[in-house]
Amino acid sequence: MTTPEWLDIGWVDQIPVRGSRTVQVEGGDDIAVFRTAEGKVFALLDRCPHKHGRLSQGIVHGGAVACPLHNWRISLSTGEALGEDKGCTPTVPVKIDGGRVLICRASTLKAAA
Amino acid sequence: MEHRPIKTDADTRDHLVVIGNGMAGCRAVEELLARDPARYRVTIFGAEPRVNYNRIMLSPVLAGEKSFDDIVINDAEWYAANGIALVAGDPVVAIDRGTKTVTTRGGATESYDRLLIATGSDPFIIPVPGKDLPGVIAFRDMDDVDTMLAAADAGGDAVVIGGGLLGLEAAHGLSLRGMKVTVIHLMPTLMERQLDEAAGWLLKQALEGRGQTILTGADTAEIVGNGKVEGVKLKDGTLIPASLVVMAVGIRPSVALARDAGLAVGRGIQVDDHMVTSDPHVLAVGECVEHDGQVYGLVAPLWDMCRSLADGLVEQPTGYRGSVTSTKLKVSGIDVFSAGDFSGGDGCEDIVLRDASRGVYKRVIVRDDRIVGAVLYGDTADGSWYFDLLKKQEDVSDLRDLLIFGQSFASGGGAADPKAAVAALSDDAEICGCNGVTKGQVVSCIAKGAHSLDAVRGTCKASASCGSCTGLVENLLALTLGDDVQAGPKTMCKCTSFGHDDVRREIVAQAMRSIPEVMQQLHWTTPDGCSSCRPALNYYLLCALPGDYVDDQQSRFVNERMHANIQKDGTYSVVPRMWGGLTNPTELRAIADVVEKFNAPMVKVTGGQRLDIFGIKKEDLPAVWADLNAAGMVSGHAYGKSLRTVKTCVGSEWCRFGTQDSTGLGVKIERMSWGSWMPHKFKIAVSGCPRNCAEATIKDFGIVCVDSGYELHVGGNGGIHVRATDLLCKVATEQEAMDYCAAFIQLYREEARYLERTAPWIERVGVDYVKARIADDPAGREALRARFLVSQSFSQDDPWAQRAEGAEAEHHAPMARFIPQEELA
Repeated sequence: MTTPEWLDIGWVDQIPVRGSRTVQVEGGDDIAVFRTAEGKVFALLDRCPHKHGRLSQGIVHGGAVACPLHNWRISLSTGEALGEDKGCTPTVPVKIDGGRVLICRASTLKAAA
Repeated sequence: MEHRPIKTDADTRDHLVVIGNGMAGCRAVEELLARDPARYRVTIFGAEPRVNYNRIMLSPVLAGEKSFDDIVINDAEWYAANGIALVAGDPVVAIDRGTKTVTTRGGATESYDRLLIATGSDPFIIPVPGKDLPGVIAFRDMDDVDTMLAAADAGGDAVVIGGGLLGLEAAHGLSLRGMKVTVIHLMPTLMERQLDEAAGWLLKQALEGRGQTILTGADTAEIVGNGKVEGVKLKDGTLIPASLVVMAVGIRPSVALARDAGLAVGRGIQVDDHMVTSDPHVLAVGECVEHDGQVYGLVAPLWDMCRSLADGLVEQPTGYRGSVTSTKLKVSGIDVFSAGDFSGGDGCEDIVLRDASRGVYKRVIVRDDRIVGAVLYGDTADGSWYFDLLKKQEDVSDLRDLLIFGQSFASGGGAADPKAAVAALSDDAEICGCNGVTKGQVVSCIAKGAHSLDAVRGTCKASASCGSCTGLVENLLALTLGDDVQAGPKTMCKCTSFGHDDVRREIVAQAMRSIPEVMQQLHWTTPDGCSSCRPALNYYLLCALPGDYVDDQQSRFVNERMHANIQKDGTYSVVPRMWGGLTNPTELRAIADVVEKFNAPMVKVTGGQRLDIFGIKKEDLPAVWADLNAAGMVSGHAYGKSLRTVKTCVGSEWCRFGTQDSTGLGVKIERMSWGSWMPHKFKIAVSGCPRNCAEATIKDFGIVCVDSGYELHVGGNGGIHVRATDLLCKVATEQEAMDYCAAFIQLYREEARYLERTAPWIERVGVDYVKARIADDPAGREALRARFLVSQSFSQDDPWAQRAEGAEAEHHAPMARFIPQEELA
């Protein structure tokens, strides 16, 4: 449930497997929430460190997402660019409670600002 | 399904009647067709109202990993294509050997010249009180699976009687489906015929860890219930509640039909080495037969039998000599293997390795320096090596100390040098299990000139199916050729050892329907692929089985998911179709309205004669499409690897030089080809005269109209590497131009690699090849065209219309809104 620390954003099932949804943050950038094939959920700022591509629109594979603009691969757990590329996207801690997805308020504000 | 035997007066071929539409019966027919497809007229009778499917795969269906369609071996088209009459759902109930006829339950009578009995086996139902109660079933056919799925949907408790492979798979499936499952097994350990006590115990521990209750040494007294099953009572008085009871205690050869017909029957229908029964006109194959005192319940011997049988039917008798069997299984995801005799006893030495933390147990039984049995649990990689040593009865005294550590160690090279392990294999060791290719065959195929992995795959088929032996074949290449190994074409991506062409070939050969299936069958090394192989696989499946493949939205690039072009700022641009470059006031007005209503910052005429509306927000896309649809416009597919545009000039209707109606032809071609997914984007143009105002000679398919007809050009490309087209041929009529275009598109769709445009594709295969397939081969051209039209019948629906009506609306809206000052909206 929503607490001062955690923000309830909806059911896990609302995020497609190997896909993503976004959380709109007023006055800031969106947060992209991903669900992997294994059922893990991650949240990142919806901006590729390269040219700010919307990561939420990329192809999710394994524990990474490929940016739709120039195919950089970004680790869902660390936000780091993988392979030869260098760069990092802010991550937002996520937890699942009774099928609901909760994201960390403070990190969301910090990332989206 | 209704099928009537095909019988015409003209067909005077001998009639082969097959009783049994299962794995053995159909495989025997397949083997026969492979040898001489014209020899017999074939009728198959099946008791189930279905086509031929893989019974072994019922467990994955129950577990929800596959659907029935996934496990079909031969679909209705196979029967039709081979002229086989299938009578499904009406079982044969009598054979009259005097009149050489069979009669079905429905009363139909069919005469035969040769009869093949492939009735398989029946589940054994233990004769306890209550065995006939509703809710008590076997695990044998698709109906049983349907019953189990219905029971699981209702929830509750299930009891599985029998702790053999079948019982455990039923228990696993029901457990995954959410039922509370108890397995009752009479013997002290699970799977006692395949596993020794230690391995059986490990298995029990693992299954209990997953929430199942396993009762060993438990004897069923009766099944209780009033009108339907309610529980199972054991002889010690224990009562286990259950709304479903699955009996999986064993199978028996199904011999009643043969026995009633007076054929010689022991434990099974007795056959000779050519699978002929005591009546020379009657053959039998599969689990229902007894050969040399043996009956078999595994697939491998069944395949051996079918080969011998088919040889006999076309009079190349080789004869069946019995099979030595091994069992390599995955029980509830745990690998187990056993072969030979592991009961131990006098003169036997046991060599055992246990590694509890890895969950591995290995036991090899040696007598007189020869392996007589092996049991592996948790790690079965060396199973085939042990089995090979066992079958050949090789002296293992030199290997004895290292035997239990597996092949790479015992072969002397140690794990560090896999080449040494391959070098140590004997010539008749099996390298490729899928295609039955030995080391000797691979080496001789390399010696005859196959100097790359791809060449080996093409010639002797080793590594060409599941690919798990690719490493072995590569090592053999290196051993045989040293530095002369030719690098093959590049693999699709880092997730696989296969190249694009191999993957496509296997998708077609194995009729694979979904991406997970391809990844499973071809041993993908990543759990769910990557952003380069997944879109390619999705396309290959779509092309191979239009209308039947399982599309995966998450494997499409964002443009194809959103049906619009993503731009650098995250907004999208939208391009409606303008057929042949034509438009009208209604369309122009609708576009203008959309631009104003959604504040699109820019509208641009594209190079392909259409209007591109820029700067549309993701959440506004459905509304934009709805407005454009309302004006009669559909998606221009400007975002997809698909037919983009057909550029035209004005042609004979207005132009003083125009020789033909290029605009009209352009519209017709666009109507024919829109919506088709391709390996890459595809552009067409039609020019009305040799002045070529539509620039048809830098398009993927270009038509230049001339006085006497139509010049067809292929493989052109603007872009970074400008390439002018090659002339394919000249045709006289519009219809021919359309037909050749459809055939060319389909050839490109079927043979180019994903993301390969026509220009590099044609440079790779040569324009002469394309001419040979399209211009010089009328029958082939027609077949390509027909396949294209079939595919189009599934793809010509406007994706915008579906989304505008609300399909996948959630992809366009945020999941939640966060307003820092207030609460969550």
